[in-house]
Amino acid sequence: MSRTHVTCTINGDEVEFLCEDDTTLLNALRDEVGLTGSKEGCGTGDCGACSVIMDGALTCACLVFAPEAEGATVVTVEGIADGNKLHPLQQTFLEGAALQCGVCTPGFLVAAKALLDENPHPTETEVRYALAGNLCRCTGYDKIIRAVLAAADYNGSEG
Amino acid sequence: MAIIEQDTTNPGFKWIGTRPIRPDGYEKVTGKARFGADMMLPGQLEGAVLRSPHAHARIVSIDTSEAETMPGVKAIVTGADFPDLAEAGAGAADLDLAVNVIARDKVLYEGHVVAAVAADTRKQAQAAIKAIKVNYEVLPHVLTVDEAMASDAPILHPGTRTKNVEPAPEADSNVISRVVQQLGDLDAGFAAADVVVERTFTTKPVHQGYIEPHAAVADAMPNGRVHVWCSSQGHFAMRTMTATVLGCDPTRIKVTPAEIGGGFGGKLSIYLEPLAGRLSQKSGRPVRIVMNRDEVFKGTGPASGTKITVKIGATNDGKLTACQSWLGYEAGAFAGSPVGAATMTMIAPYQFENLLLEGYDVVVNKPKVAAYRAPGAPMAAFAVESVIDEIAQKIGMDPIELRLKNASVEGSQAAYGPKFPKIGYVETLEAIKNHPNYQIPLGPNQGRGVASGFWFNAGMNSSATVHLNEDGNVTVIVGSPDIGGSRASMALMAAETFGIDVARVQPLVGDTETVGFNDVTGGSRTTLATGQAVTEACEKVKVDLMARAAKTWNCDVADVEWVDGQVQKLDGSEPPLSMAKLARGWGRTGGPVSATASLNARGVGSAFSTQVCDVEVDPETGIVRVLRYLTAQDAGRAIHPSYVEGQFQGGVVQGIGWALNEEYVHTAEGTMDNPSFLDYRIPVASDLPMIDTIIVEVPNPGHPWGVRGVGEVGIVPPLAAVANAVSNATGCRLTDLPMSPMRVLDALNQKSNGGNGH
Repeated sequence: MSRTHVTCTINGDEVEFLCEDDTTLLNALRDEVGLTGSKEGCGTGDCGACSVIMDGALTCACLVFAPEAEGATVVTVEGIADGNKLHPLQQTFLEGAALQCGVCTPGFLVAAKALLDENPHPTETEVRYALAGNLCRCTGYDKIIRAVLAAADYNGSEG
Repeated sequence: MAIIEQDTTNPGFKWIGTRPIRPDGYEKVTGKARFGADMMLPGQLEGAVLRSPHAHARIVSIDTSEAETMPGVKAIVTGADFPDLAEAGAGAADLDLAVNVIARDKVLYEGHVVAAVAADTRKQAQAAIKAIKVNYEVLPHVLTVDEAMASDAPILHPGTRTKNVEPAPEADSNVISRVVQQLGDLDAGFAAADVVVERTFTTKPVHQGYIEPHAAVADAMPNGRVHVWCSSQGHFAMRTMTATVLGCDPTRIKVTPAEIGGGFGGKLSIYLEPLAGRLSQKSGRPVRIVMNRDEVFKGTGPASGTKITVKIGATNDGKLTACQSWLGYEAGAFAGSPVGAATMTMIAPYQFENLLLEGYDVVVNKPKVAAYRAPGAPMAAFAVESVIDEIAQKIGMDPIELRLKNASVEGSQAAYGPKFPKIGYVETLEAIKNHPNYQIPLGPNQGRGVASGFWFNAGMNSSATVHLNEDGNVTVIVGSPDIGGSRASMALMAAETFGIDVARVQPLVGDTETVGFNDVTGGSRTTLATGQAVTEACEKVKVDLMARAAKTWNCDVADVEWVDGQVQKLDGSEPPLSMAKLARGWGRTGGPVSATASLNARGVGSAFSTQVCDVEVDPETGIVRVLRYLTAQDAGRAIHPSYVEGQFQGGVVQGIGWALNEEYVHTAEGTMDNPSFLDYRIPVASDLPMIDTIIVEVPNPGHPWGVRGVGEVGIVPPLAAVANAVSNATGCRLTDLPMSPMRVLDALNQKSNGGNGH
């Protein structure tokens, strides 16, 4: 059983791992790299719990084969904070009770970061459509949307 | 934008009613929290499960010989690897539990487990599953209440005779039992009515839809002990049930709760735990099994599909005179639909003097139903609240006025037996009536719908242990899994009891060997019952610390008092002793300070919710869009208002999904046609408006803080609230869920062709 050697940048660090050709990036992150923050909710790209930013684009890690990440830059939920300094989204999610069970939270944070990186001051409607690929079954989305809008304000006040 | 609002409803409390950051939140926003599938042990094997492709079939033979020789395969189990509980004299519920975990002679639904494999890698396990040869004799199947109750229906469980029917039936049946609620004189009630409305409603099975699929890791020791890590709504229950299926004493098994990625009732039972346990026993290695989404849909419990007829009479001035109902609830492949709870809750908001409610628990060839948030109540409330809405239309009365005229209040006779203690139903109606949302003018194709709902609170068994630490801060250990912020509410109740900053309280969920027995997190009971145990344990620590202070001061304990986290001498002759000082001196006063409280919670409250929904119906496409939504619910006392609102909002949105999109679609062969989140569509952010909330607080007199359970009742009214809004917008009364665009268009077309849209 020959395995493929993959080198990529994950959360700023150069990372090497071995995987089979049909291993998903999600399973490689979780089982080979040990980053279990990205979750599998569906395995078919419908729930967004495995959202990562790959070469600047919001991506479902369950829909990418791990060897496709060769040379890529990947950001996961573990790479959003600056050390122990939380990203504004993480802070507003906590303050606004935007999580209940928390299993969808990593995907929402990554997707919301991708949105705010592109569009620092989205409207509520823009937030709702940008996050429409992320399923949450606990919150009804209300507090998530408010937390993202609050983080956008936070960004604005900082710069 | 400030998103932390000060709550002003609880001026008497310092911590209860505030909104601190939840203590377990940091792990959850940084990806560090460990959910069911995140466990990785040294030498861990990966499991895969073989499931039935047929809705109903006899298992003629299972041949695992080829799979056993495949690369990496370490163990295989089939039904033959588990004890025959019938021989051991087990009760029906345990027999069903064991056979639902893994089939023996028959498979009863598509997705029923037939075998499981553990191998070095997931891919090897999946390859081995495909190499297991099962010879099935396919049997005819039934999928709905009507099919299952037909006189020539194939019988799922030969030998079953319907319970609670006179005279006792002589033929086998798929109807497991009949439940009845009866009061007054039905004929007289309908005779007194000026208006009678009767309609029949259907709802499809819907899934709880938690985002985290089931996962379990088991590690069996040579001495027979098995350590299980899994995400569930109750690790003590997982222990008991896993032991039952494996045929051992519960204490041979230790269950450590993982973080749980949503449950809503669907993680109250076991699915994978005994499979992983037996595979680990056979291989001598830890085994992890994780479901994929397809398996979650096909192999775990949806809520019942139902058929419900409701007939209600009323006078022209709005007095409800009689209610008759027939309810058929799909149980899935084994007995146990929540039809009993449906009959107990469906008319609880109203004072009916005359009623007859008959429910039937019916087995069909679908997965065994599981609890889903207020199990059984939403479908029955859909029927009752739709008919009440129609009565309001017919007699020209505002739907809230009609409900106020008939509302249950303290002392009213509940249909299911007791008289209500102090309840806050009327307050929820008034809150909606007085809110600006109820007055906003509607445009063309828009409509407004109101509905109410009731759900019990469970009490049951809880234990909590509180430790004073050497720095004077406290650790609170509970055994109730935290599925939506309960650690935060435990910390607040402890902080309030001690009168200390909530940041000085560290709450945690202990495993089955760290803390005393706890029943499941379900029945809206955790904040209520486990919170009571936490409060009692904190009180015991306070009593102990006051005695130690008295000892230190050489005075009577009656001469000291507890004020804001410290003990004071009543005469002020000594400086106060803080918890930190008392901790530092505990070596001189009797050693470290801990206390445990274990109780069966009494004084449970009743929860009511009233909701109003505005929709717009697109006449071209039949798409229903929710414009605004408001829910008012009696929380008794909101411990952490943000998470109380979150429970309200989450329940409402699940109800909106149930009303508009969600359903199991089955093929003629009895297989599920939409087992993915692409085709089984739960609401997404762009479907919805903000969900406005009003926390009504009519304190529960039976609870130290006045708490009522808040987790479930929020899902009871939305099905009818949305349907009533669609009716108001279109003039069509939709009686079949979901109100998908096709169904709405059909109704609009029928209406334009001269029908009534039904």
